[in-house]
Amino acid sequence: MDKKLFVSSSPHVHGQVSTPAIMWTVVLSLLPATLWSFYLFGLPAVTVVLGTVALTAALEAISNKVAGGPLALRDGSAVLTGLLLALTLPPGLPLWMCGAGAFVSVVVAKAFFGGLGQNLFNPAMTGRVFLLIAFPAAMTKWLVPRGTGESLLGHPVTAYDTAGKLVELTSAKVDAITAATPLGLLCEKGAGAVAAIQNSPDLFIGQLNGSLGETSAAFLLLGGLFLLVRRIITWHIPVAYIGTVAVIAAITHAVDPAQYASVAFHVFTGGLMIGAFFMATDYVTSPMYPMGKLIFGVGCGVLTMVIRLWGGYPEGVSFAVLLLNACVPIIDNATRPKKFGLTKLAAA
Amino acid sequence: MDLLVIVLLAMLTENYVLAKFLGICPFLGVSKRMSTAFGMSAAVLFVMVVASLLTFAIQEFVLVRFGVEYLQTIAFILVIASTVQLTEMAIQKMSPVLYQALGIFLPLITTNCAVLGIAVLNVQRGYGLIEVIVNSIGASLGFGVALLLFAGLREKLELRNVPEAFQGPAIALVTAGILSLAFMGFAGLAPAS
Repeated sequence: MDKKLFVSSSPHVHGQVSTPAIMWTVVLSLLPATLWSFYLFGLPAVTVVLGTVALTAALEAISNKVAGGPLALRDGSAVLTGLLLALTLPPGLPLWMCGAGAFVSVVVAKAFFGGLGQNLFNPAMTGRVFLLIAFPAAMTKWLVPRGTGESLLGHPVTAYDTAGKLVELTSAKVDAITAATPLGLLCEKGAGAVAAIQNSPDLFIGQLNGSLGETSAAFLLLGGLFLLVRRIITWHIPVAYIGTVAVIAAITHAVDPAQYASVAFHVFTGGLMIGAFFMATDYVTSPMYPMGKLIFGVGCGVLTMVIRLWGGYPEGVSFAVLLLNACVPIIDNATRPKKFGLTKLAAA
Repeated sequence: MDLLVIVLLAMLTENYVLAKFLGICPFLGVSKRMSTAFGMSAAVLFVMVVASLLTFAIQEFVLVRFGVEYLQTIAFILVIASTVQLTEMAIQKMSPVLYQALGIFLPLITTNCAVLGIAVLNVQRGYGLIEVIVNSIGASLGFGVALLLFAGLREKLELRNVPEAFQGPAIALVTAGILSLAFMGFAGLAPAS
């Protein structure tokens, strides 16, 4: 006998959005930036991305097995975490270090807390911060991308060859060249060292050395806009975050251009784009209400700039996101909307 | 030394709980509820300032004067413990309301090593009177920030589906570790020299 009537409790109308659909959409939106990093950095980039994603997925499967729950691998969250982590790593990072980062991301920051949706801190950011503190040298060794190696920052790069003769390095002669990132230069030598590039379109396109996914603001912006259009994320956090960074950069640059770099430089370098669109907007670790999201974004922006301008680390995005993750319970408590129809007195 | 630098250093860069790992017992012990965490932070603010001033005086006028600096640790512990007890008795007599509000936290602070830590650090850094006050206020604000953040996270943790093996102190310590990782971002914000 066929059922004619379905009896269920409300809600009766469902959106067709599911966790796997969201996760795979985000992965898709990151693909342009990922492929661009493959083009820029070549094999080292491919190794880091594929290795990290594979290790993350494997660790997720193992922790699912140990926890005894259903295999949550197919929802794509582990692949997404792996991809996000990989995009914040420098190209050519040894695979075992990628594995250590993947372990902290998936097992320590997520599985220990109960798996998907239970974590308090963004897994990819936790993994990156762990790696940065545990392996500071390897995590700040930056390969120079294709097409810029010969004339980094306008100077030809030279070195002594095995015969003791000074030669100009071209990408044909060496496997890879490493150099400081623009933010690293700014941190060590001040705005003078980056004056030549601080308004260059390379910042936007991403032909600069840096972590795999952070170099190309253009492709990350594209991915972020895609997520906005698909309504996977709301505008509050990215706009508040990037806006705050821009305002602080504008003020400091106006006060002392010799010491502080321009707005374009701060907005388009480092991990800001990937942090603002993909890390800070993580559902589980960001505030629930629009007002809270704005506060969260502004907080991320302020801390990022404080660490960039006055801190010991050249880049503050990952620390800022983690610190604001820790503030989420307080922000949520403070911004909980008043129930409709209740007066202030009754609500309190 | 710039007073702002001292505050930033004590509060963020050298956060007594998350960077120096002092005062872990109250950090783990009274962080289950936001309200108790707030009471503890207030009590620590009060005791830290008073104890810093007293130990500063003891160091200047007793230990150095009679050349017995090697008694520093034991003298400071004695002074801090008796200060807390005296404060408790005084508050109980003078303001029963405040005494009720602080409750168990006041005697608990006796065992808070961050109070001893800051007293010793004041001497090591050679801080003057104003700097001692500013440093102890900064340190206790940092303690408060760490404790309140952690209490918020732990309240949220209770709603999470934490595996049985990690429930309770285990997941609290993992959380504290990640929070400490995040606080490392403040390294170099205010160079200590």
